[in-house]
Amino acid sequence: MKITEKEVRYVAGLANLNLSDAEVAKFQADLDGILEHVDQLNEIDTAGVEPMAQVLFDADETATLRADVPSPPLGNQAGLANAPQPGAGYFKVPKVIER
Amino acid sequence: MTIATLTIDSVRGGLLSRQFSASELAAEALRFAEAENPKTGAYLHFSPERALAAAELVDDRIARGEDPGALAGVPVAVKDVIVTKGIRTTCGSKLLANYIPPYDATAIVRIEQAGGLLIGKTNCDEFAMGSSTENSAFGPVRNPVAPDRVPGGSSGGSAAAVAQGTAVVALGSDTGGSIRQPASFCGVVGVTPTYGRVSRYGLTAFASSLDHIGPLARSVRDSATLLGVIAGRDPHDSTSAEAPVADYTADLTGDVQGLKLGLPREYLKDLTSETGDLIFQAVDVLKRLGCEVREISLPATGFAIASYYIIATAEASSNLARYDGVRYTFRSQQSDTLSNMYRNTRGEGFGAECKRRIMLGTYVLSHGYYDAYYLKAQKVRGLIARDFANAFAEVDAVVAPVSPFPAFKLGEKVDDPLAMYLSDIYTITGSLAGIPCMSVPCGNTAGGLPVGMQILTRHFGESTMFRLADAYERNA
Repeated sequence: MKITEKEVRYVAGLANLNLSDAEVAKFQADLDGILEHVDQLNEIDTAGVEPMAQVLFDADETATLRADVPSPPLGNQAGLANAPQPGAGYFKVPKVIER
Repeated sequence: MTIATLTIDSVRGGLLSRQFSASELAAEALRFAEAENPKTGAYLHFSPERALAAAELVDDRIARGEDPGALAGVPVAVKDVIVTKGIRTTCGSKLLANYIPPYDATAIVRIEQAGGLLIGKTNCDEFAMGSSTENSAFGPVRNPVAPDRVPGGSSGGSAAAVAQGTAVVALGSDTGGSIRQPASFCGVVGVTPTYGRVSRYGLTAFASSLDHIGPLARSVRDSATLLGVIAGRDPHDSTSAEAPVADYTADLTGDVQGLKLGLPREYLKDLTSETGDLIFQAVDVLKRLGCEVREISLPATGFAIASYYIIATAEASSNLARYDGVRYTFRSQQSDTLSNMYRNTRGEGFGAECKRRIMLGTYVLSHGYYDAYYLKAQKVRGLIARDFANAFAEVDAVVAPVSPFPAFKLGEKVDDPLAMYLSDIYTITGSLAGIPCMSVPCGNTAGGLPVGMQILTRHFGESTMFRLADAYERNA
């Protein structure tokens, strides 16, 4: 087995994802199968190969820098328009620190 | 006018010869799209006010004798992962069911500047994660060619809209095949340009190093015109490329004499089905047109799925972290503490496939697994890119299938995620390398299901890709 139920619950915690017991069981089986397949990566020799994080093209080092001039911001009202709970110009969330 | 068979050129001709106005066309296109939509569910919602306002601007330009733009009056459907100011953008997710973006994606701005009419937003797999459009929170899309089958995914709604004729062209997004595969399943043209060719500004992030916006159309010419409009450097996306944008339609000469094509051995060895027969027939057409065909090898192909599903899910797990109940419309009722708000909002909001990918991505990035999975997958990605670079030292284009099989039945693969992932084998390699690739229809199976041929070229080789696809389309 590549991944245990305990590990599934641990990873769900890292991902801030509340899962039902049925989901934990299903994802344990699914991830197990996928990780089994992924293990074939051990069969290919990658000695001396640079990890490729991004598609890169030849360009000057400064090619992607924009001119340092201010442009109009989105604005408070537009920024908060989709907030589930806006208040006093902020995003409101449950209390983090108890007095 | 018959909406379902319009092309960009026929719309332009009709407008300039005063056969119809852009406003008349917009109204008729919207009426037709809304009437046809129940057959497939391609659209999630329509944008009549926006389309009619844009059409008026086109009519004004024509009345003043100005050039109305390369997409003048053309009805465009847009995948609902691309943000549209003031128009709901759901990403196929319950989490964003009521999200109204405060800005437009750059591709949308450019389409409207060119006179295009945004008529509606199309259904897709949730956050573009899937190969069948069955992962949408708002129900699946039916394939217009065979209503008991999937349209492919994740841009299934855009492919279905174009195939149905309710839009002349559409925008999709592609991370591992999400434009090309639905294009092949629905019998239309689908283009994944070079990574960075089209700005990702306003494309909801799935896997940022792999995400592309690209066109779907009923002809190679229309797909080339649309790409020409949306391509180019954008200061809002630092990964958008500086390279000048070619005039893609100018290159559609039909002349492909002497072009060298590579058939990758690794793609064809298991391809004994009807799909294979149709691909080989299409290759014969290109041979007849004067292309030289040779077998090539892309040795790392067998490792592409594993590499992709590590990199894409790792990036996705980070990108989807923002849906936490603070900023984006949906928050769980069970939010007594901050931590419960995060956990319950995400647990209730995401569908099964998104959760599965967040879990896999979080796992491969977690302590102790980073080197074994994520770093290894990035090295394999480097090998896949190297394979293509070696191939393009020998040949001008690679020709391949898009999918191992044509459109499958709704529900057929939903319970087997690994089988669904494995079916992405032919599209994922091009995505990992960041090269331009497209699907062009190459006939139907005996059962009447469309099959697509894939053409891949070197970075920024779109002109050669379009020229080959167009020459094939004319002679198929």
